[in-house]
Parts: sequence; structure tokens; C-alpha cells
Amino acid sequence: MSDASTNSNAKINDNEKGLVVRIIDSDMFYSFRQSKIVMAAAFVTLSYFLLALFAPLISPQNPFDLANLDLMDGLTPPAWEDEGQARFPLGTDDQGRDLLSAILYGSRLSLTVGFASVAFAAILGISLGLISGYVGGLVDTVIMRIADIQLTFPSILIALLIDGTVSALFPSSNREDTAFWVLVLAIGLSFWVQYARTVRSSVLVEKEREYVQAANLIGLNPVTIMLRHVLPNVLGPILVIITINLALAIITEATLSFLGVGIPVTQPSLGTLIRIGQDFLFSGEWWVTIFPGAALAILVLAVNLLGDWLRDALNPKLR
Amino acid sequence: MNFSKVKTTILAGAMVFGLGVGQSSAETLKYAFQGSLKSLDPYSLNETFTLGFLGNVYEGLIRRGPDLNIQPALATSWEVLEPTKWRFHLRRGVKFHNGNDFNADDVIFSADRVRAEGSDLTTRIPKDAKFVKVDDHTVDVILTSANPILHYEWGTWSIIDKEWAEANDSVKVTSASDDNATKISLEANGTGPFKITKHDVGVSTSLVPNNGWWDTPKHNLTKIEFTTIASDATRVAALLSGDLDMVYPIPVQDLKRVDSNDGTRALIGPELRTIFLGMDQIRDELLESNIKGKNPFKDVRVRKAFYQAINIEAIKKKVMRDLADPSSIMISPFLFSNSGDFVRYPYDVAASKALLTEAGYPDGFEVGMDCPNDRYVNDEAICQAVTAMLAKAGIKVNLNAQPKSKYFAKVLASNSFETSFFLLGWTPGSLDSWNVISNLHGCRDEKGKGSPFNLGGYCNPKVDELAKQILVENDPAKRDGLITEAFRITTDEVAYIPLHQQGLAWGVSDKITLEQRADNQFMMYYVTKN
Repeated sequence: MSDASTNSNAKINDNEKGLVVRIIDSDMFYSFRQSKIVMAAAFVTLSYFLLALFAPLISPQNPFDLANLDLMDGLTPPAWEDEGQARFPLGTDDQGRDLLSAILYGSRLSLTVGFASVAFAAILGISLGLISGYVGGLVDTVIMRIADIQLTFPSILIALLIDGTVSALFPSSNREDTAFWVLVLAIGLSFWVQYARTVRSSVLVEKEREYVQAANLIGLNPVTIMLRHVLPNVLGPILVIITINLALAIITEATLSFLGVGIPVTQPSLGTLIRIGQDFLFSGEWWVTIFPGAALAILVLAVNLLGDWLRDALNPKLR
Repeated sequence: MNFSKVKTTILAGAMVFGLGVGQSSAETLKYAFQGSLKSLDPYSLNETFTLGFLGNVYEGLIRRGPDLNIQPALATSWEVLEPTKWRFHLRRGVKFHNGNDFNADDVIFSADRVRAEGSDLTTRIPKDAKFVKVDDHTVDVILTSANPILHYEWGTWSIIDKEWAEANDSVKVTSASDDNATKISLEANGTGPFKITKHDVGVSTSLVPNNGWWDTPKHNLTKIEFTTIASDATRVAALLSGDLDMVYPIPVQDLKRVDSNDGTRALIGPELRTIFLGMDQIRDELLESNIKGKNPFKDVRVRKAFYQAINIEAIKKKVMRDLADPSSIMISPFLFSNSGDFVRYPYDVAASKALLTEAGYPDGFEVGMDCPNDRYVNDEAICQAVTAMLAKAGIKVNLNAQPKSKYFAKVLASNSFETSFFLLGWTPGSLDSWNVISNLHGCRDEKGKGSPFNLGGYCNPKVDELAKQILVENDPAKRDGLITEAFRITTDEVAYIPLHQQGLAWGVSDKITLEQRADNQFMMYYVTKN
């Protein structure tokens, strides 16, 4: 990937090559190429994104279309086992769902929930952090105390609480449609505190700087100052939190689904698949829980490694 | 976490197991069940496990044998003097565990108490039946209408000692929601084969044999230790490792493992419970559907289409792993001799689609489904399978599977039957068809009056009329004819979609022999250990 892009970039003329070359020449890219583990993690993460994105094209079966399932195919072992069938490479779950397809679709669901909830948490957290740090005073106190209170609870509990409340407010018949958004809301709301606190502390430092005072002096309004001048300077740490939170969000989604309050069984996510398989783990039908479990573990590990690397790479003290 | 606390817990755990192993003389029976035993008051909870457990400590006027036949227990014989007057002759020389004599006063006291406020067993005796003492060992029961199956459910109506209850402030029934522990909820004083020596509420219970029991013991036990183990995996592991002699239920996927393990075996058999699907046929518009302004389930063709979309053999083979008997009617064939006259509507997706088209739903429709996920064997998996099967016929089912506490709170009469399509199981307590017809098929109003467990609100006055005739008919052949007629109507009209009778699955150590009763009650007094 890097070699090919370097060669092609060489042909671009000096005026236009700016961005790409700047990336290639950057410290970040250098440290990226230094570590094989990080490159492997990036490769795995990218593969997951692509597989998830093209799941409908790749997967042998649409596991969400119930009319496709035949109960008589239920609990078929993986293809290499004695009773395995070639059309179900990784076997099937108890309802006759092809596990490979279910994992592909499940990863897609996990990643989508992960991204959406992290985006939600980031937007909410950053806005509140900016306001809190920039405005200060009573507003700051109120927002930060709420954050403190929320920090005393484990995020999974908050997510469970929100999920329970929202599910109770919606009629159960819409559960398939609402479950996704309920999860995004529940996970997002349980993660915003970190963003808010990080942004606020950065803002407190930044707002005393000369460029902010200068902006103030020329009469820019506070919203513009916050968004155009302060925000770009606090984005570094946020990027790190986003990456690490992505892995956490995927795990939280899986946990909620494992507990049975997440995505409904008719559209299994990785967590739901693990929950279904758990019943069969000791009974010889190990594949139902092992494969989704492995898929989840590898995805989360890869994203986490990327996050760790990003944190180190952006930390001036470690350079 | 505090380390010393962890250590204490481990020690305590080791001690519990250590004790068990140390005392494992040949005659101690150790067994576990999935659910827990709370109140020992025999009228607190009308639930199979609790009633079955207390059936080893208390006794009724009758009892049910291993094959569920009626045997005399505290009554040696009875006769119907007139259709509305029964005479029961009580057993002489029977003593309660505390040494008190058993006599007619205890029966009359128990008859009042079982119908008192807080009792969950009020249906054991008709509300207006009068109990009259003839002498110390004879009791007459005066009814307002004939009832040939009066004593059918009395195997689980325990007789309580009047003097003991009065002396211990236990006359009032301890209801299931009562938090105040009364003497009778913590201790037992029955006439049965075992005495309770220690009761740790919801955790464990110990029993020893009652040496003064009136009957000849068929067991050879000197002690029984019962524990609750809720987790399937732990319960199975405890049996396989030899810590316990008997556990139930065994999850269907573990049957093979229990059976192939050295020293344990799986005891399976048909249970009397019938699992079925029901449909809301009483509302003018379904609560959870995209069809507005009408109720598709009012059309028999739609109900039949649902029926024919279900591949019951696949459910039996894959979900239940052959531990189920597909059923064509709403009662177990063991409880109704003419059940062979009925056959299931064949599984046929094409026919199902044709019926839906005929009824005006060529593209199917959407409907919400309620399902418990911890009540019956593999209940949620059955619902999922049903959802997938109906999808093939074009019906989109939005499945809402939840724990039984939430499920029952939603669909029962107390919440105005808030369901459109549901899965439920039913065992007739009297082991008789009349119970099924009147509880599940009678006409009811919105509050459930008339037939409180008829969640879908199926109604046909002809069936109601037949139910009345069945109740008072004394001639068995004629009575079976009437029952057949009633089931014929409800089957033709697809009042419900019967699925199967689920199987019993007990895990038993090879060291013990026992009798497995089809109503899933465990009779410890039939256990021998060597």
C-alpha cells in the first residue's frame, strides 16, 4: 500500500502533491511504518470495514431474511467436520442461519452501532465540553457535576438503564426498527463524559492563549471562536478517545446484546450470536459461540491497537 | 474485592461440598431443581414444583400414583351418596409429624383455609361446597351442582393440622406476595413420608423420613438434601461429577452428554403440558399489526394459514431434539382416550399462502408476537422458529421474547390480555379435558370473566354449552363423546394452534432408582439408593 502510493505520488507535480506527501512525510506515518503490529491491526480493521461494507455481496445467505432460513439446517457443524456441509463453511446456528453470513452481517451491525454511538457521544461531549470550558461559571459547574455523577457508575449500567427506559417508552412491536437507535442512544449517552472532560480541560488552557484573546478583541462571537479557533486545537486527544471508544462501543453493544437487551434475535449482532451459542457450548456445538466470539475479539483487538498507537504517536513526550 | 472475604466464601463453599461428600452414606439422596422453594405453606403457590415437593411432606385425601392413577391416602374410601353429596371415610390412626391425631376437624379446617384469602389453590374445592363432620373419621361434602371430578385435584390439596396451625398463629394463608414469615411458611407439620428438618428459604431444604408414616415405605433413604441450582450448566456439572444423585430439568442439548456419561442416565418421558400458539380473536383491531380497521385473526382461514405454515416436525427434531410429541389437540393424549381421532393440519406453505390470499392478504401482514424465554423448554427458540416459518408464508412477525415475569404481566387478564399472538403452555391440574375446555376455550369478556386463561378470546357458545354438559355427565363413554365433539369444533375453527407436549428430562445417577411421573412431580418416597 505504501510503496504503490509513494510511486504514484512521485508523478504528481509539486504544487498539487501537498497533502499526500505531507502525510507520507509525517511523523505519524513514519511511526506507523515502524511497527508491524500496527500495520497488521490497520490491515485487519480495514478488512473488517470492507467485509462489513460489502457483506450483502459476499455472504452466501442473507441471515436477516427469515424466509431464507430452514430450521432443518439448524446446528450444522463447520464444513470440515463430519456432518458439515460446503454451503455452510462455519456451520449454522440453532435456527439454521449460516454463521459466516451472520458474522459478516453482525460485524456490519457492530461497526455501525460503534461508529454511530461514538459519533453521537463525541458530538455531545465536545459541545458540552466547549461550552463548559469556554463559558465557565454556573454552566460549567452544572455540566461537570452531572459528568462527575455519571462517572461514578460503570458505563454498562448507564447503557442498561437508558436502554430499559427507552425500550419501555416505545411499543414493543417496533422493536426491530428502534433497537438500533436505542442502542446508539444508550451507548452514546454512556460515553460522552470523557469527551466533555477532555475538551473542557484543553479549552481552559487554550482560552488564555493570545490567539483567543486576539479573536475576542476583533469582536468575533463566542460560537465562532469556539468552533473555528479553540476546537481545532483540542482535536488531538479527542481523536485518540474516539478510536479507543470505538472498540469500547463495539464491546458494549455486544455485551448488551449478550444480555438480551440489544439487537433482537431476528437480526443477530455478534453479541447476540455469542449469547445464542452459549447454551450449546458444553453440548458439543461449540461453533455457534466460538466463531462470533473470535470475530469480535479480533475486531476489538485491532481497533484497540490502532487507538494505542494513535495515542503514542500524538503524544509529543514519546516522540 | 476484599481478599479475606473471598477466602471465606471459598472456604464456606468447600465446607458445604465437604459436608456433602463426607456424609454420602448410601441412603442420603441429594438432588437439585432449577427453581427455588420459598414458602412451605402448602396453599401459597399453585405451582408444580412446590406442590410436588410438599407432596412428600403433606398429604391429601387422595394421592396420585406413579402412573397418575388416583389412590386413597388420608381418605380410605369415598362414595357418592347423591350426585351432590359425597361421603369420605378418613384413615384411622394417622398422626401428624408433631404427634397430633388426624381427624375430621383437620379436613374441615383445611377445606376452609384452602379457600380463604391469600390462597393460590382456591380452585381445588368449589366455592359453595359445604364440608360436614359426620363423626371423627367421616366427612360429607355437600355440593350445589353435580361434579364427578370433585376429588381429581385433591392430590395436591394438603391436609393441615388444625390444632398446630391455631397454636402457631398460622390459620391465615401465607400468600405468595407475603413478606412476613409465619410459622407454617418456615416449618411443616404434615402426615407424609418425610419431615422437614431444615429449610433455608430459596436455597436448600433437608428432610428425614417420618418413621410413624401410616404406609409401608418404598424408599430406603435416611436423609434428603435439596438445593436450588438455577444455572443449567452448573446443575448438569454437579450431576456429572457425582456431587448430586438427581437433577432436573436437563436442557435438551445436554441429554446426550448425561446419558453417555458413566454413572448417570437421562430419564425422559412425555410431560402432560401442551405448548400452543394463540391468536387474539376478540378485538376488532389487533394491537400489534399493520392491518388497521379489522382483525385478520377473526377469519378462520388466516388462523388455518398460520397453522399450516408451521413445520412441527422440524421444531421437534431441531429445537426439541426429539424430546417432544407433536400434538393435534390441546390436551395430552394420555389424558384423553379419543385423542387418536384427531390429526394435525398438514404442514404446507403453498396451502398457507393460498389461504392468506383467499382471506385477502396475498402479501401477508405484520403482527407482534409475545413469547416467554424462561418458562417452557426452549420457548424462545420455538418462537424464533415460528417467526422464520411464518416469514416463508409472507407473515412478518415482530417477536418480543422476555422473561416470564414480564411476559405474564403483559398478556394475562390482569393487563387486559395485551397481546395479538402468543405462545403459552397448559397442564390441566385435574388431568381432565374439562379443565382445558373451560379455561382455554370458554367465551369471556374483556376482563377475562368466563374463561380467564383464554387469552385470545376464542368464543363459540356451542362449546360453552358442551362444557356445561361435560361437567355433570357421569357416564365415561358419553362424556368422552361430548369432549370429542367440543374438540372437533375448536379444531375445525382453529381456536388455537397446538404445537406439542414437551418432554420431561431428569438426570439421574445410576446409584438410585425412582419413578418419573408425567406431571413432573418428584416423589421422593419412591427413591431407592444403593
